[in-house]
Amino acid sequence: MGHLEVRDLVVDIPGRADGQPLSFTLAAGQVWGVLGPNGVGKTTLLHTLAGLRAPRRGEVLLDGRPIAAHGRREVARRLGLVFQERQDGFPATVRETALIGRHPWLSPWQMESGDDLRLAEAALARLDIGHLAERLVGTLSGGERQRVSIATVLAQAPGLWLCDEPTNHLDLHHQTTVMALLAERAAAGCAVMLCLHDLNLAARWCDQVLLLYPDGQACWGHRDNMLVPSVLEHLYGQRLASREIEGARVFVAVP
Amino acid sequence: MPVHSAELAGVRPGRRQALLPLALLALAALAALVLAVCVGSASPGPGALWRLISGEGDALARTLMFQLRLPRALAAFAVGGLLAVAGALMQVLLRNPLADPYVLGLSGGAAVGALAAMLAGLGGAVVSGSAFAGALLSTLLVFGLAHGTGSWTPARLLLTGVVVAAGWGALVTLMLAVSPTEQLPGMLYWLMGDLAHARGPWPPLILLALTLLILAPLGRSLNVLARGPLQAAALGVAVRPMEWTIHVTASLLTAMAVSTAGSIGFVGLIVPHMLRLVLGNDQRVILPACALAGGTLLVLADTLARTVIAPEQLPVGVITALLGVPMFLYLLYRSR
Repeated sequence: MGHLEVRDLVVDIPGRADGQPLSFTLAAGQVWGVLGPNGVGKTTLLHTLAGLRAPRRGEVLLDGRPIAAHGRREVARRLGLVFQERQDGFPATVRETALIGRHPWLSPWQMESGDDLRLAEAALARLDIGHLAERLVGTLSGGERQRVSIATVLAQAPGLWLCDEPTNHLDLHHQTTVMALLAERAAAGCAVMLCLHDLNLAARWCDQVLLLYPDGQACWGHRDNMLVPSVLEHLYGQRLASREIEGARVFVAVP
Repeated sequence: MPVHSAELAGVRPGRRQALLPLALLALAALAALVLAVCVGSASPGPGALWRLISGEGDALARTLMFQLRLPRALAAFAVGGLLAVAGALMQVLLRNPLADPYVLGLSGGAAVGALAAMLAGLGGAVVSGSAFAGALLSTLLVFGLAHGTGSWTPARLLLTGVVVAAGWGALVTLMLAVSPTEQLPGMLYWLMGDLAHARGPWPPLILLALTLLILAPLGRSLNVLARGPLQAAALGVAVRPMEWTIHVTASLLTAMAVSTAGSIGFVGLIVPHMLRLVLGNDQRVILPACALAGGTLLVLADTLARTVIAPEQLPVGVITALLGVPMFLYLLYRSR
């Protein structure tokens, strides 16, 4: 379903040298984790992959065509983005917010139909916030608002999910709910890419990992080759201890 | 308009029920227009009114109502509607409920244009045209400067507008200071808004209707844009063209309103905000509701302005502020 090909991509971060060009394919069924220290450009990479920023060099192909050759609406039908920061303009209810996910699927004159409303309601229920549908988003807690953003993309129903720290503000149970949801989307044929800070979530839920280093270097590949304590210690400049628990590696920072 | 605390607490009416407030507002607008035509130095009863509408009755009364009061009431309606819609658009564009054509310096530019024409001893259509030119010049100035060499942010645009408006304000004061005394009353009336000199109501009415038609299919995109440009782009809105459309439209509406009736503040700020408190923020409902409610407010205010101390007339801007401020503060106080 979703397919994103990146060729010799250099992300445009003003005032920063080019660094290593990225070339990889985000294919249907895959879950990619993007790891790297603060300020390394994970969010900028995600925005570039979504076509919201022009790359400095290289190209991004969405379903076989350069992303700029698709109209914005066509991109929005194929690719959904969970933002790390939310801009709150005017007060809106949770239901209204989930419903705007249907925007790319409706023609200008069309009103949201009963089907759109059902999709939005189902998305809210999937993220355990169905009971908050009438509440104003501004009155919710950080974790609840995070789940509203994810529900909006779920209602958007893209084949390609780009998520910027989707587990931010979430309690442990809802971290698992969200990661299970993304794994389920991937199993259904979506392609998923997540920026994460939690190595343990990456180790349990991602099958491909992209590491971004502050000096512009990058490497990517299968989880088992990337999530190696010595590599990660170098990435974060932090000593780590690691154990295998229930089939996945667990990392703990040690002073 | 009834306001229930449940609605203010954020429980919004559904899509179908959105037609009800619009129908009520349309009825209120009609009632306000009838009232405006009937109230004044000669007020017909219901029977006499019907005879006048069906073409009988006193010729003088007919002239008074249909050639003096009705065009003025229609002009008031159009100007109020234009200002409220322009305000609502600016607020979506800047994602800031404080934005309004007046805050952004549009009216200041128009005022300087109009007063300069008056100072030069010109009148009538030249004053209107000059006000129009001033408003558009101010728009270009604010947007050009806010663009600058860096990025475009709502905060930067708002600040540029506020500072440009302050500059216009200083020019207005300067012009008033050097004006001959006999011209001062006319200038002051213009500055506070005055419909007595409004010429034909049709240009603003047609512009209002056209704008609503053109904006109707963009309503949902505006809703998405109100959530921020990045989110809007991610949901398939072509953000930059959309922002320019909104800005040019809002400027045009303001320029038309100001050149018709002078500088009437407040409507563009208060009407959209009050309606959002009651109806939620779906632009497909809010924009037509703004046109109806803004128009109704100004028709009522103008009727009051010309009757309260008749035969003297008050500037209508004073009335809109005196009516609007307590209403607005009450709604805001009740809302949370």
